[in-house]
Amino acid sequence: MKIKKDDFALNYTNSHGGERLSDEELKTIKRLAHKNSRKMDGWGWAFVICNTIFLILFTIVTLYPVWNTVAYSFNDGLDAVRGGIYLWPRKFSLESYNKVLNIQGFMVGAKITVLRTLLGTLTSLIANALLAFIMSRKRFLFRSSLSLFWIITMYVNGGMIPVMLLFRYLHLTSSFWVYIVPGMVSAFNVMVLRTYMEDLPDELEESAQLDGAGYITIFIKIISPLCKPVYATIALFVAVWQWNSWFDAMLYNRMKTEYTTLQYELMKLLNSVMQTSGSANGNNNTSSAKQVTPVSVRSAATVVTMVPIICIYPFLQRYFVTGLTIGGVKG
Amino acid sequence: MANEADQIVNTEEAAVENEINAEAETTETAAETVIAENVETVAEETAETTEANTIDEAYEVENYAKEAYEHSSTLSEAQIKALSKKRISKGELKRQWVLLLISLIFVLYGLLFYYLPLGGWVMAFQNYKLKSGLLHSKFVGFDKFKFMFEFDVFEWGLETTGNIFSAMKIWIDKVVFVRAIRNTIGMGILNLATTFIMAIVFAILLNEVKNKLGKKLVQTISYLPHFLSWIIVCGIVHDSLSSTGIVNELLRFFHIVDDSYNFFAHPAWFWPIVAFSNVWKETGWNAIIYLAAITAIDPSLYEAAEIDGAGRWGKIRYITLPSIAPTIVILLVMNIGNLLNCGFEVQYLLGNGLVQDVSQTIDIYILNWGVGQMDYSLGTAAGIFKSIVAILLILIFNTVAKKMGQESLF
Repeated sequence: MKIKKDDFALNYTNSHGGERLSDEELKTIKRLAHKNSRKMDGWGWAFVICNTIFLILFTIVTLYPVWNTVAYSFNDGLDAVRGGIYLWPRKFSLESYNKVLNIQGFMVGAKITVLRTLLGTLTSLIANALLAFIMSRKRFLFRSSLSLFWIITMYVNGGMIPVMLLFRYLHLTSSFWVYIVPGMVSAFNVMVLRTYMEDLPDELEESAQLDGAGYITIFIKIISPLCKPVYATIALFVAVWQWNSWFDAMLYNRMKTEYTTLQYELMKLLNSVMQTSGSANGNNNTSSAKQVTPVSVRSAATVVTMVPIICIYPFLQRYFVTGLTIGGVKG
Repeated sequence: MANEADQIVNTEEAAVENEINAEAETTETAAETVIAENVETVAEETAETTEANTIDEAYEVENYAKEAYEHSSTLSEAQIKALSKKRISKGELKRQWVLLLISLIFVLYGLLFYYLPLGGWVMAFQNYKLKSGLLHSKFVGFDKFKFMFEFDVFEWGLETTGNIFSAMKIWIDKVVFVRAIRNTIGMGILNLATTFIMAIVFAILLNEVKNKLGKKLVQTISYLPHFLSWIIVCGIVHDSLSSTGIVNELLRFFHIVDDSYNFFAHPAWFWPIVAFSNVWKETGWNAIIYLAAITAIDPSLYEAAEIDGAGRWGKIRYITLPSIAPTIVILLVMNIGNLLNCGFEVQYLLGNGLVQDVSQTIDIYILNWGVGQMDYSLGTAAGIFKSIVAILLILIFNTVAKKMGQESLF
């Protein structure tokens, strides 16, 4: 439907019974209508005010708990137990951070988490990109069957127990590789990459082929440089997923303290409190807090765990916006 | 081998020809519909005006359509050339060996990690023992499922009360797995509904903000919780609701409660807390797609609405919402399959003894029995039930979406 503009013209010519309007006149009509609809009557103002209040409240609800955690982490441990700390530490101290960094498991976890994030992101990106490259070759004979093979994995899976037994059988449990190998290919990420690669012009590949380039050369030299934005998106998705995983550490490496992760260590710290608050005298949280991990140490551990990602994500916004749009609407 | 390749080439050629034909047909019909639509709209609009006008305009529009048709036919000729160039030659087949090799590796990987565990489903019908393995464990038929569902409790309830609803209630009260199903579906629906509605509302309201800097700032902050792990989110939710947390401080400040209220000791609060955690974590993130869909709306639609006298609300109601409806439907269908998955981490982390009747989900059941008690067969059976329900949900909703004339997944 390319006739929208003329539609207006017709509409107005007809309803005014006159001649066709010139572009100039049409513009004036549109501007007036726009102004009219923007005119602030009582309801308009009410809407703007309510909307602003809603969004400010939304922002506060989102930001305050995180900020509050940071404030607690910088407060003196004993003082923090009294509560009543809101936006700023009452008694500034770095003691909690010192304590957190001295927890044995925490340092090991940090090392493993950094390692699995780096290695996992790299291997996963290479694997997903290669698979997407193959699936996006329009002349590849088994293109559609290969796609179907991977799309099915998005909807059907064996479930927790068979997967766990398989990993045990493959000796992936009690090892670092359980974090890297099984999650290397993700059908969703492959579909996002494939959609992006399919939109690249075919001529690029054809001209490279005329120059005698094989598929591997085309992948490395022609396609990959053009896919940098979508690679960044997928790398971000995988990195966040790797950084935040804890369940695999608990399920497969519970006994292996040398393969613990940051999130799992944090979970152990936080869980000691979460499980007790449901007890009958849960109201006396403050008194029992001394036996479990003090609130300031928990906060410091939380801050250490979330800071790297919080520092990175605002700069990568445009990447995940494009990635999500490709994956969500077209995938 | 060569023969086979030839055959494939031939079929490929035929396919290309078919495609070209189909394309030509569609362009033709498209051109026809353009004419038909144009004539229709013109006819509608000019019903009140003079005849001379009508003829003139109809003529004009027809010309336009003719042009469009001619243009499209030349285009398809160019496409014919492009398509015939794509024919697979024998040389091309030789070049594809590397693609074939790599995809073979990926297929083996997929078979190992995604398809082989499906073979483990056999365990659900066995009394699986690690010692005897998959091949030598004793088959017990549907015993594990019977143990899980305890149908006799339902039958007993039906006999004693004679009412199917009271029997269901007794069944849910007495049987752990049935309760887990109820909790999973209940929380799944509650989470899905709240996160969906909040994301759409947030996207629409944010779109109404005219201040660019404010909009950007709010949006950036709104993504933040998505990047936090569930452990951190649960820790934060827990601290906020604890006796010294901000919620209790506010309740005391406004004299709604005198002593602090323990949210985690009351089963009635558990589902709303889980739903709130999900909303808090994902609203900003889920809104990204809707915001992108809203940005893609043709501005002339809003202009038209303005000329017709639509205000802010009118434009949201008649332009924005219908325009993002396909996005909403497709995301809904995609998320329906995850309905049974969206309750595990929060429930595991925030649940405690006092609320376990409403907090235990199918996944936690699998964890408790399959991993904790090492009853692998029972864990697998519960997993199979979950998978099958998930697939059924996707199929049903996909069909419904198709019937309603909306976009669907397949």
